[in-house]
Amino acid sequence: MRQLALSDEILLSVTHPERYIGNELNSVMKDPDRVKIRFAMCFPDIYEIGMSHLGIQILYSMFNSRDDVWCERVYSPWTDLEAVMREKDIPLFALESQDPVRSFDFLGITIQYEMCYSNILQVLDLSKIPIYSKDRTENDPIVIGGGPCTYNSEPIADFFDIIYLGEGETDYNSLFDLYIKIKNESKSRKEFLEEAAHIPGLYVPSFYEPVYNSDNTFKEMRLLNENAPSVITKDVCMDLDNAPYALKPVIPFIKITQDRVVLEVQRGCIRGCRFCQAGMIYRPVREKSLEVLKSHARAMIESTGHEEISLSSLSTSDYSRISELVRWLVDEYREKFINISLPSLRIDNFFLDMMERVSDSKKGSLTFAPEAGSQRMRDVINKGITTEDIMSGSGLAFRAGWTKVKLYFMLGLPGETDEDVKAIPDLANDIAMNYFDTVPKEERKGKRVDVNTSTSFFIPKPFTPFQWAPMNPKEEFLRKAHLVKETMEKELNHKSLRYQYHESDLSELEGVFARGDRRLSKVIYDAYMSGCRFDSWSECFRYDLWCMAFEKNGIAMDFYTLRERDLSEAFPWDFINVGVSKEFLKREYLNAKSGIKTPNCREKCSGCGAMSFGGGVCFDKREEAGS
Amino acid sequence: MKVRIRFKKSGPVKFIGHLDTMRFFQKLIRRAGIPVAYSEGFSPHQKMSFAQALGVGVESDGEYFDLELKDELCEGLSSEKIVAMLNSCTVDGIEISDCVKLPEKSKNAMASVYAADYLVGFRQGHAPAFDLGRMIADFNEKSSVKITKTTKKTSRELELKDLVYALEKRDDLIFMTLNASSANSVKPALIMEYLFEAGGCDFDPVSLSIKRLEIYNDEMMPLSASGTHF
Repeated sequence: MRQLALSDEILLSVTHPERYIGNELNSVMKDPDRVKIRFAMCFPDIYEIGMSHLGIQILYSMFNSRDDVWCERVYSPWTDLEAVMREKDIPLFALESQDPVRSFDFLGITIQYEMCYSNILQVLDLSKIPIYSKDRTENDPIVIGGGPCTYNSEPIADFFDIIYLGEGETDYNSLFDLYIKIKNESKSRKEFLEEAAHIPGLYVPSFYEPVYNSDNTFKEMRLLNENAPSVITKDVCMDLDNAPYALKPVIPFIKITQDRVVLEVQRGCIRGCRFCQAGMIYRPVREKSLEVLKSHARAMIESTGHEEISLSSLSTSDYSRISELVRWLVDEYREKFINISLPSLRIDNFFLDMMERVSDSKKGSLTFAPEAGSQRMRDVINKGITTEDIMSGSGLAFRAGWTKVKLYFMLGLPGETDEDVKAIPDLANDIAMNYFDTVPKEERKGKRVDVNTSTSFFIPKPFTPFQWAPMNPKEEFLRKAHLVKETMEKELNHKSLRYQYHESDLSELEGVFARGDRRLSKVIYDAYMSGCRFDSWSECFRYDLWCMAFEKNGIAMDFYTLRERDLSEAFPWDFINVGVSKEFLKREYLNAKSGIKTPNCREKCSGCGAMSFGGGVCFDKREEAGS
Repeated sequence: MKVRIRFKKSGPVKFIGHLDTMRFFQKLIRRAGIPVAYSEGFSPHQKMSFAQALGVGVESDGEYFDLELKDELCEGLSSEKIVAMLNSCTVDGIEISDCVKLPEKSKNAMASVYAADYLVGFRQGHAPAFDLGRMIADFNEKSSVKITKTTKKTSRELELKDLVYALEKRDDLIFMTLNASSANSVKPALIMEYLFEAGGCDFDPVSLSIKRLEIYNDEMMPLSASGTHF
């Protein structure tokens, strides 16, 4: 029987001991003596969050399909266990073997959001791996980062030996083969990194040194090693149909956020919303075929025993065969007591018919994400949804018996006026009004309509048209949130309206890291040392400690958040090629300022640059036209 | 058709709580392709009923749940086959040991529970510093042992002699048979707490390693004896 890293006494004294015991269905056990590479794959947050992440499940199954690699999982221990581990000097361990992470060849960390940066340091620290890559020895694992935040990994670059840019399905095998070769030749860690720098998509931060101008803006990346390429192009998996997928995902014992089969239907997005980083960095759009999706669904329902299946992608309703797919899922699974959780599709009669069939008489909420209240503002951000779409969609749904609506907006978008802010509660009010107009009193059966509005604060991200834009000061965020609240209270249908908004301290910090540079690594280090971790958990977030860390290092948050960048300014992430060009982003920023909409990829190609990967709607069209 | 499944839980999975164990079995039953019946209504669920929750950290050789199967899909199934189907896709530490068919109109597993056997040991470094054997002998000689059981809301007096059917030392372990019915159940830790107090020592429930061995009905027959192999 497996020996656990933690004693029964410890496990019985912490919350959710199941987080730390492994042994889940479909988790992979191997004989450590019969593999050449031991890989610890980490999501730096608690188990329930990390286990819900699809990307790790895909890489876990891909890595473990190699006989010479054993990939295991690591998550952040919650603060109660961290205290015990420190007191009893227990190093962080991987779930499968329960062996210390430090004895592994690789520690891979997926970086999904900026507010997990302090947790990355916690994982390294508890593993007893030196926090700074420069301090690591031949005995330490190679620490490799991946995920969306790595498109500007500069604030955390000092903590990583390698950053993997792009989709892991593509080049991990070359990295493993190289590692085995280097190990056989008894070469050093540095020699391995030098050769790894030649693999497409791999960025070795220690081979680059950022140089700054006297006004503190970024100047350029100086190359410190002849093996380091001056431009790094992200890896893209162009054939999703034949790419590895998590057909036997690990099934946790405890209920996690994504407790269902997740079917990824496509990558990338045709829409081009100007605030959305995912919409830019995952270009071009690549769809999976219907036949592959059906076989994936069947295999995963069988291997998991899950009672629910959901579709995953950006803007799922743009998947070209969405109706066929949804119809098939409903036909295939309705009688087998498997719930189908439909994404928020365009609301039309087909959608309502499908909703009716998947959920019987139980009607959940309709969700709209107009992101901005006024049409003017939606043109600025290039969000294709119109007030008419929302009114006709909600009208249809109200007539069919729905009474709950959820609305998502952002506050602080570039160029936003108070009129735009007030348009948010106005739109909510109009939707409530629409209910009373479309459903006659005698058909309401005493039901009221509920319109729930939530706003988040807009944070400019790298590789978006708004990467030059200033972020609102946090006082301004809160003023706008209060303006929404006050306006809503005065609306005619205010009794049907509800409003929620988030605190702004966390958004400010996220804004700093999103467009930050390498000078911030010292701030993150000091904040971690002073006790910051689990920043995305409100009970743990210590804004005061973060402020002290910034002060200590003489760095002002406002420099990163409030400044509108000059169009000629160089960015710390300019050396990364995501396909979408800086010229395109610039054009889009200027279009935003003039309120000019840009058509989506199916309507017209706008020359973003991602076609260079040999795929996407525009590429396919050109191929068809040519043949 | 109603069947009763008996299973073991040992090793690290002892930290999986009762609700999660139930969810585990719901998924296991689907993976195994057992033709389970579902309730009516708009959120149908498997017709499944567990005998009794097992505490977090407790192992067991004899856990039970009842399952209602769709008669029309039961052709070709046997006790042996159901056990094999479930074991083919379970995890380490959860093992299905038996399956019997219950007669029509039998009481469900939960309502049938009357008593249970436990084996209690001490985790490393936690062996008692008093003569436990003597305390057990004293307990067995007494005609009445009253204790006060306090929960968050209530406090009531219990006559342990009515609820403890066996208490004996087996090498370094303590074997006990206790009332486990929904109205009067007592937990092994409560008995151990009494023995520690009687021995004049502080008691820490974490020091115990507990294993449930069997669950009995009011005729002191294992719950699986209510049905037959098929």
